[in-house]
Amino acid sequence: MSKIHVTTVVNGDEVEFLADPRETLLDCLRDHLGLTGSKEGCGTGDCGACSVTVDGVLISSCLMLGVEAQGKKIETIEGMANGEELHPLQRKFIEHAALQCGFCTPGILVAAKALLEKNPDPTETEVRYWLAGNLCRCTGYDKIIRAVMDAASEMRGAA
Amino acid sequence: MPKDEIKDFRLVGTRPNRPDGLDKVTGRARYGADITAPGMLWGAVLRSPHAHAKILKIDTSKAEALSGVKAVVTRADFPTGLTGEDWNLQENTMAGEKALYDGHAIAAVAATSSQIAQEAVRLIEVEYEVLPHVTDVDDAIKPDAPVIREGAADATVPEGMPPNVVKYFEFGRGDVDAGFKDADLVMERTYKTEATHQGYIEPHACLGQLGADGKGEMWVCTQGQWYIRQMCSAVLGLNAAQLRVTPSEIGGGFGGKTTIFMEPLSLALSQKAGGRPVKIVMSRSEVLRATGPTASASMDVKIGMTKDGKLTAARAEFRMQGGAFPGAPVDMALYCCLAPYKIDNVEHIGYDVLANRPKCAAYRAPGSPMGAFAVESLIDEMCRKLDLDPMDVRLKNAVREGDQASYGPTFGSIGLAEVLEATAKHPNLSAPLGPNQGRGVASGYWFNHSGETSVSLAISEDGNAQVSVGTPDIGGSRASIALMVAETLGIAYEDVRVNVVETGSLGVNEPTHGSRATFASGKAATVAARAAIKEMCRRAANEWGIDEEAVEWVEGAAQPAGPNAGEFPPMSIKEIAKNMGKTGGPISGHHESVPEGVGASFGCHVVDVEVDPETGHTKILRYLVVQDAGRAIHPSYVEGQYQGGAVQGIGWALNEEYVYGDDGRLQNPIFLDYRMPVASDLPMIDTQIVEVPNPGHPFGVRGVGETGITPPLPAIANAIQGATGVRMSHLPMTPTKVLAALKASQE
Ligand code: FES
Ligand code: FES
Repeated sequence: MSKIHVTTVVNGDEVEFLADPRETLLDCLRDHLGLTGSKEGCGTGDCGACSVTVDGVLISSCLMLGVEAQGKKIETIEGMANGEELHPLQRKFIEHAALQCGFCTPGILVAAKALLEKNPDPTETEVRYWLAGNLCRCTGYDKIIRAVMDAASEMRGAA
Repeated sequence: MPKDEIKDFRLVGTRPNRPDGLDKVTGRARYGADITAPGMLWGAVLRSPHAHAKILKIDTSKAEALSGVKAVVTRADFPTGLTGEDWNLQENTMAGEKALYDGHAIAAVAATSSQIAQEAVRLIEVEYEVLPHVTDVDDAIKPDAPVIREGAADATVPEGMPPNVVKYFEFGRGDVDAGFKDADLVMERTYKTEATHQGYIEPHACLGQLGADGKGEMWVCTQGQWYIRQMCSAVLGLNAAQLRVTPSEIGGGFGGKTTIFMEPLSLALSQKAGGRPVKIVMSRSEVLRATGPTASASMDVKIGMTKDGKLTAARAEFRMQGGAFPGAPVDMALYCCLAPYKIDNVEHIGYDVLANRPKCAAYRAPGSPMGAFAVESLIDEMCRKLDLDPMDVRLKNAVREGDQASYGPTFGSIGLAEVLEATAKHPNLSAPLGPNQGRGVASGYWFNHSGETSVSLAISEDGNAQVSVGTPDIGGSRASIALMVAETLGIAYEDVRVNVVETGSLGVNEPTHGSRATFASGKAATVAARAAIKEMCRRAANEWGIDEEAVEWVEGAAQPAGPNAGEFPPMSIKEIAKNMGKTGGPISGHHESVPEGVGASFGCHVVDVEVDPETGHTKILRYLVVQDAGRAIHPSYVEGQYQGGAVQGIGWALNEEYVYGDDGRLQNPIFLDYRMPVASDLPMIDTQIVEVPNPGHPFGVRGVGETGITPPLPAIANAIQGATGVRMSHLPMTPTKVLAALKASQE
């Protein structure tokens, strides 16, 4: 199958790649752009490990085709820290031991950031429902929820 | 070490940031599928759509003709003549004469892209003769069940057993019949649990390369790089030392990544493709259909109890299927199920049964959750009948140091009584309950494990320490090992780097399994650090011209052991390291052994649920884990193990199960239908770490990974009875099942 040329912006950088039309955005990020921070846990939209934002909207990148990225703005885990300075969510995840294997972590961080941008003061229940699309098999979610709540509170304090 | 001596440590017991945290929150950490190699090909696997079928013919010609395809392998490419578990592994890697379960590998392809490899797989033509199949354990043990493999039974199986029974266990002590006579209440019940999957979010992935000279390399997500090396070598007939296996970061394992599945296929394909590296990444449905879930179980338990709650006798008869190969953890289930209780009369019987399902692998305390579901459910029901407090009964019958375990050995230092006492005092146990709400408690047990361990430690030129361990870090073991080494050497936590290394760097290590990483690698690293300290003291002694024995190590420096040794200012690790080239060369320490002194771990969980009488849905309101850690080296990661184990157990109790259709095919091979707990299903998971130090470990560690998955199954069933009066004896306790039970009880 002949490939399609795609130009898009990822984490602020303009990038180009040739996509097989069957490839997902996740495949393209990982295999063509070397951005392996987004993970494939299921490929069916059920685990959230591949979470990215496209034009500011949180999506599962395993459910979007790579060719659909043409002309869009994509943000992935690799763009979350500002140089050496971690996003408060990243810092709080380390401090709260909110990761064990860490495989779900990029997707959860991207999803949690999208939540806090919409709702800077979520309740525990709101965090739990927002993250219900992100599976973590290691932690039982307890420390993840605490880390998100703590990051939210720090970010509100800083604002 | 006296039981209650809490030492004041400088670092052990603190909660520093984990060393791999930064890589993991930035997406830099490299997992199984995250790596590529020059000239790399992509592999894909053709899998059987049938539960049981003779393979009459495989025609790969169309696949081979597809442009971009570089190699195709079938079983014909593997060596023959293997026996025992090596044969089982080979047969599971790639079907031989028969496909034994839905998802069994039939052929594999390597091509220049993943899309071409998938396309080529679809071009392979297989002729099957479909055979009758069986997937349920109670059907599989029937005398007239379809026979999965003739002659697979081992010497433990008595003459005349049904054909799919491949192992038989029988052990006990005392006189159970006399024990039942001494009881005021004797009850007998049958329980069933369904197969569940470890559910690690990272699918299996590997990148294998093998040349015509038999030299190979592999990058793989695994709990045990030496197991991968040994098993791949056995299956492919390779020389193990010629295969170098590097573990990636691992995205969860829980026992499921202690064995091989498609790893040998990448090597076989690579060799056929002229040595080009081949990457294989499983899809989620391949993971669920064709890796190693846990066994399903059918269990009869009979227990006798006096009216004041003393257990007089117990009999457990368990049947388990672990797929089309021997190895269901029925023995472990029997060993663990009565372990928390001191009972004089016990009888255990077990059957390991073949069925047309994937070969089971270890899953967190393999066997223990099923056994606990049966025994802890029945004890709870009996407590309710006799109007006894379930915590009192557990404490009254609790095993203590010096007691003989139900399965034979005598317990050393254990902390069950301390766990139960801490549980009884916890505020969760007195939280008020509303309508349709109930509380359940249950205990759980795991032996913990040691295993072959090899660790090497080296002092760097600037006086820091690097530690090479062979146990992949799944839940924070690099942090705990760094803490113990830094504590021992008297240096900062940040000055220790722990590396999980490839098979070429150390002697053989068993995987990270059996809750052993912090126990065994931690103990070996501590011994290695002490060896380095001894050497540094020797260097200082030489420098000062005094006897080596007259030097001691205090706070990261050598110093004269007393006024008689001489007057010298302390010589720091940095000074000694800086000069090591001139004082005798590199300073290191290493340790190889099967570390002795494993400490068993008991836990007790308390759960409050609310059952919706209209839907049968069970909501977890509160959850408490209390468990003996021996000593918590990094308490956050101990809590993490407790919480993660509890939530896997909650999933097993309420939602998760392998559902096979009448056609023998797995009906729910995606996460949408294999429904694991999500954040909105759960409350916070409260934890309490009990510390009864293990005298067999320099810091008292027992191992904490596994016990926590065991109590949730019965604890939740017990809570549901509290809420509804209905006793659920078949997991998972889905809304449909609970509703049906409620309806039946009202009729
Ligand atoms: S990989 Fe996209 S949701 Fe799981
Ligand atoms: S930390 Fe392992 S899946 Fe979340």
